[in-house]
Amino acid sequence: MAEFQNLLTPIQVHGPPDPGVPTEHSERNRVLGPGSMNYLLGKIGDAQIGPFYLGWLGVLSLLFGFAAFEIIGFSMLASVNWDFVEFIRQLPWLSLDPPPPEVGLSIPAFGQGAMWLLAGFFLTVSILLWWYRMYRRARQLKMGTHVAWAFASAIFLYLVLGFFRPILMGSWGEAVPFGILSHLDWTAAFSLRYGNLFYNPFHMLSIVFLYGSAVLFAMHGATILATAKMGGEREIDQITDPGTAAERTMVFWRWTMGFNANMESIHRWAWWFAVLTTLTGGIGILITGPVVDNWYLWGQKHGLVPQYPDVYEEPLVPVQPGELDAPYMGAPSAAPLPGLETMEGAGPVPQVMMDVSIPIAGTDQVLTWDMEVGR
Amino acid sequence: MAMLSFEKKYRVRGGTIIGGDLFDFWVGPFYVGFFGVTTIFFSVLGTLLLVWGAAIGEGLAGQTWNLWQISIAPPPIEYGLAIAPLYEGGLWQIVTFCAIGAFVSWVLRQAEISRKLGMGYHIPVAYSVAVFAYITLVVIRPVLLGAWGHGFPYGIISHLDWVSNVGYQYLHFHYNPAHMIAITFFFTNCLALAMHGGLILSVTNPKKGESVKTSEHENAYFRDALGYSIGAIGIHRLGLFLALNAGFWSAVCIVISGPFWTRGWPEWWNWWLNLPIWF
Repeated sequence: MAEFQNLLTPIQVHGPPDPGVPTEHSERNRVLGPGSMNYLLGKIGDAQIGPFYLGWLGVLSLLFGFAAFEIIGFSMLASVNWDFVEFIRQLPWLSLDPPPPEVGLSIPAFGQGAMWLLAGFFLTVSILLWWYRMYRRARQLKMGTHVAWAFASAIFLYLVLGFFRPILMGSWGEAVPFGILSHLDWTAAFSLRYGNLFYNPFHMLSIVFLYGSAVLFAMHGATILATAKMGGEREIDQITDPGTAAERTMVFWRWTMGFNANMESIHRWAWWFAVLTTLTGGIGILITGPVVDNWYLWGQKHGLVPQYPDVYEEPLVPVQPGELDAPYMGAPSAAPLPGLETMEGAGPVPQVMMDVSIPIAGTDQVLTWDMEVGR
Repeated sequence: MAMLSFEKKYRVRGGTIIGGDLFDFWVGPFYVGFFGVTTIFFSVLGTLLLVWGAAIGEGLAGQTWNLWQISIAPPPIEYGLAIAPLYEGGLWQIVTFCAIGAFVSWVLRQAEISRKLGMGYHIPVAYSVAVFAYITLVVIRPVLLGAWGHGFPYGIISHLDWVSNVGYQYLHFHYNPAHMIAITFFFTNCLALAMHGGLILSVTNPKKGESVKTSEHENAYFRDALGYSIGAIGIHRLGLFLALNAGFWSAVCIVISGPFWTRGWPEWWNWWLNLPIWF
C-alpha cells in the first residue's frame, strides 16, 4: 500500500504554453493567449489556462447567452421592485415564468410571459450556435464530431422541455420556468400532475443511464488512475498500440466480472450511457401528456403496481382527481416572503397558509390540515 | 476461449490478500480467490432468499411472480431494531446481511485482483463509496431512526414507491440541499463522461482518410472551446471525483432526512431569508 497511488501530481514541469494545433484562422481567433500556468490546477490536471478560440460563432453565442442571462436577471430584479438587497436575498425563489395557459402558443403580452419567451429564444439561439461551434472546432482540427453529437442529445432534452412538448400540448405555459427553486417546483408538480413519473419507463431508463454514467466514470477513472504508473492515461497510445497498462485494465475486469471492454470500447460505453441519459429522458418528457396522462394508471394497466398489505386500521383511499385542491403556490411575487414579518416596515405579512382537506371516500370523515409555509 | 490472447502471462500465482494459494485459481474468465468464494456464498444465498420471499409473497398483499411487483419488505416499525420473525421482515434482514456480505466481499476481491496485477487500489476504494451509500440506506439511517422498518423494500417498483413516499414525507425533497449537491454531481458527471468519451472517440476515429490525432489535438479542442483542457490524467481524476461525490452526497441527503431534519425541506431554507445581514 505504500507505493504511489496517483491522486495528485507531485512534480510539475511548467514549460512555455502550448499555442494549440494550428487551424484555419486560429492565429487571429485564439484570444487570451498564449496561456498561463496555474500551480493548483497542475496538481489535478493540466496547468495551462487559455488560449480560447473566439470566432464569430463564439461571439454571437456569448452575446445571445448574455442577453438571455440579462433578461432573466433583470426580470427577477423587477419582480422585487428593483430592490437589490431583496434580489440577492430572494434569488433562489425568484423566477421568470412562462406565459399562463390561456396564452396558448401565441406571442404573450408584456408582463404575460413575453420576457420568458424572449429569454428562451435567445438562450436557444445561443445554445445552437455553441453546438455549431463545437462541431466546427472538431472539423477544423480534423477530429471526429462525437462531442458535438453528444451535446446534441442534451440539446434535444432542452428543446423537448421548452419547445417540442409545449407545442404538442398547445401552450407555452407547459414549459419550465427560469429559476433556481421554481424549476424544481415545476419538476415536482410535473411528476404529481402525471401520476408519478417513476412509473414512466423512459424515466426509468434515463435514471438507469444517469446512475450508470456515475458507475462507469467511477470504474473508468479508477481503472486508469490505478494503471497510470504504467501509462494507462495515455489512451490514444493504449488504443492504437496496447501496452501492459491496457492489458491489465482488461484483465482486471475480466477476472472481476467475467467481461471486459477495451481501451477504445470503454469510451463507446461512456459516450452511449451519457447520450442515452438525455435521449431517453427527453422521450419520457415528450410523451408525458401528449401520449400518457397518468403514469400510475398506465403502470396499473400494464401490471407494474404491487399490491401492498394494509398497514392502517382504516383502508386509505387514494386521492381522486379534484379532491385535493391545493392552490399552486408558484414563485413568490414581489410581496415579502415568509419569515419577513420579523422585519420592521417590510410590508404586509404574506398569506402562505394552505388549507388542505381530503374527504375519505365511503365515509363521512375528512382529513384536514393546515400547511403553513415559511415558519 | 476464456482467455484473452495476452492473458496467460498475467495468470500467475501469488499476490493474494488472504488464503495463500488455496483459492488462487480461475474459473472460466473469473478469478476466484477467497473473496470470490464468500461473494458466491452471500450472493447465492441472498438471491435464493429473495426467490423464496417471492414464492411466499412476503411483503405483499398476495403472492406474485410478476418481476415488477415482487417486493421483500423490511419489518414493520413496531419491531424497532430487533430481529423480526422470518415472514415479517426477517427475510429482509437476512437478505440485507447477505447483500452487505456480498458487496464487501466484492470490494475485497477487487483489492485482491488489483494487488495481483500490481495496480493501484482506486477501484475498490471507489466501489466502497457505493457500498457505503447502500449501507447508509439500510443500516445507518434505520439505526439512527430506531427501526429496521425505515430501510427500503427490495423490489423494482416497490423501491421506487419507497423513494416517492419518503420524499413526500419531507414535502418537497428537491429542496434538500444535499440532494441538490448530489444531483448536481450526477449531472456534471454525465456531462464530463460525454465530453471525455466523445473526445477520445473523436481523436481515434477522425474524418475518413485522416490519421489518428494526438493529445495536442485533445488539448487544442477543449482549450479552443472552453479555454481550459484538464488533460489526460486530470479528466480521470475529475471523473472519479464527480462520480464518488454523486454517491456520497446521495447518502448524505437521505441520512440527514429524519435523523437531523424532520420537517419539510422547503422550510429549511428559512435560515437564508432570516440572516441578520438583510436587516
